[in-house]
Amino acid sequence: MAGKQHHVTIKGRKDGLVFVLDDSCPFSDLLEELEYKLEKSHQNLLNGPIMHVHVKLGKRQVTEEEKQSLQQMINRRNLVVQSIESAPDAQGKTQHRVMAGIVRSGQVLESEGSLIFIGDVNPGGTIVTGGDLFVLGALRGTAHAGATGNREAVIAASYLKPTQLRIAGAISRPPDEWEIHDATMLFAYMKDEHMEIEKITHLFRLRPNAVEIFRGE
Amino acid sequence: MGEAIVITSGKGGVGKTTSSANIATALALLGKKVCMVDTDIGLRNLDVVMGLENRIIFDLVDVVQERCRLEQALVKDKRFDELYLLPAAQTKDKQAVEPEDVKKLVTELKKTHDFVIIDCPAGIEHGFRNAVAGADKAIVVTTPENAAVRDADRVIGLLDKSGIHSPKLIINRARINMMKSGDMLDIDEICSVLAIDLLGIVPDDEHVIKAANAGEPTVMNPNSKASLAYRNIARRMLGDSVPLMALEEKNGLFRKVKKFFGMG
Repeated sequence: MAGKQHHVTIKGRKDGLVFVLDDSCPFSDLLEELEYKLEKSHQNLLNGPIMHVHVKLGKRQVTEEEKQSLQQMINRRNLVVQSIESAPDAQGKTQHRVMAGIVRSGQVLESEGSLIFIGDVNPGGTIVTGGDLFVLGALRGTAHAGATGNREAVIAASYLKPTQLRIAGAISRPPDEWEIHDATMLFAYMKDEHMEIEKITHLFRLRPNAVEIFRGE
Repeated sequence: MGEAIVITSGKGGVGKTTSSANIATALALLGKKVCMVDTDIGLRNLDVVMGLENRIIFDLVDVVQERCRLEQALVKDKRFDELYLLPAAQTKDKQAVEPEDVKKLVTELKKTHDFVIIDCPAGIEHGFRNAVAGADKAIVVTTPENAAVRDADRVIGLLDKSGIHSPKLIINRARINMMKSGDMLDIDEICSVLAIDLLGIVPDDEHVIKAANAGEPTVMNPNSKASLAYRNIARRMLGDSVPLMALEEKNGLFRKVKKFFGMG
């Protein structure tokens, strides 16, 4: 296999084997390489007690057929496929729409899901999202996140000085003490029945499901 | 082919008409052939500010309804070589003309003038649509007040929608001392919210009121600060890079002494 890129990485774990499959190559290449590894280079894997196999697909989305062919390929002798899964963000969990511009007075920007808005929201302007809202710019107008009733939604802005904030059904006006004068990005979220403001650094702790989290290795 | 520029603001009373009159006059002083168009039908003012009220024979509505030819309705300002006014009607209202009519008319005027300065009525309804219809560019006038800035922002959005992108900004009636003390929105704050190019800052100046009442645009008096500001604006419109003038009021000893003797 020298000179050829490895698409299949096999790792051992306490509860069995993990097959990490590359998510950027064509699917047929994966099958070819699996075949090669199981039959030739890693033959000895097939001799031994029953082993559970977890297949990780990365960001690749597969059809049922492709899943089955993977299963058939691996299910031989002592290997048993336990799970085949894609990384969470490929399942639409953190799909963000990204837009740029200026939302001026009297204008309304609506987004069904979560939105990353690059630019300012001026006083009198409004952004309404079904999910989270991240404003890379000044939020001086009105923002409504989780408009369809998602109380887990957050509103973040580089400069958070809104006219009014809404998350799901809750409405809040910014008290003066919100304004933290350090150049720091803030976000708003619901805590029990009240809206709270926190530095952006704490987002991953308070809303671990909002984004894919980097935890370091 | 000339350029049609609409002067607008959304909010009333921030100085659209004053700015229209002064910018048009300043451009005429610089040797350009200019026509002012007052689209504030029913509440015309531009003719009063220019002191041309008593010379109106036909108006914009007459032209649109073909009671006269366009040239017949133009009022020539005799103080300048090439400055004209197409007045609005005072007896009708905004619905008397449609945006398409104004567009046709402005296109016609552009053929024979370097600049067509369109004075827009307050508001964002029919009158606004009329005024904007024929314009190539826009100048948004605001004052350092929250309400005016809010409306200017709204208007910038609406202009964008009607195809006039990146208008220029004039901040009128600026009082630097109040800005400094924080009692008035300051220039940076306004510019950062509106995010368009600043064309000029016009200081609050009593001369403007006096001049308007006398039917003489301020720019004709070279000694007032507002006059200089409007002249600079006109030069910037022609492509000169003129730095923003220092607005700070001199409070030196000499000035105080002059004031003491009632000369300041």
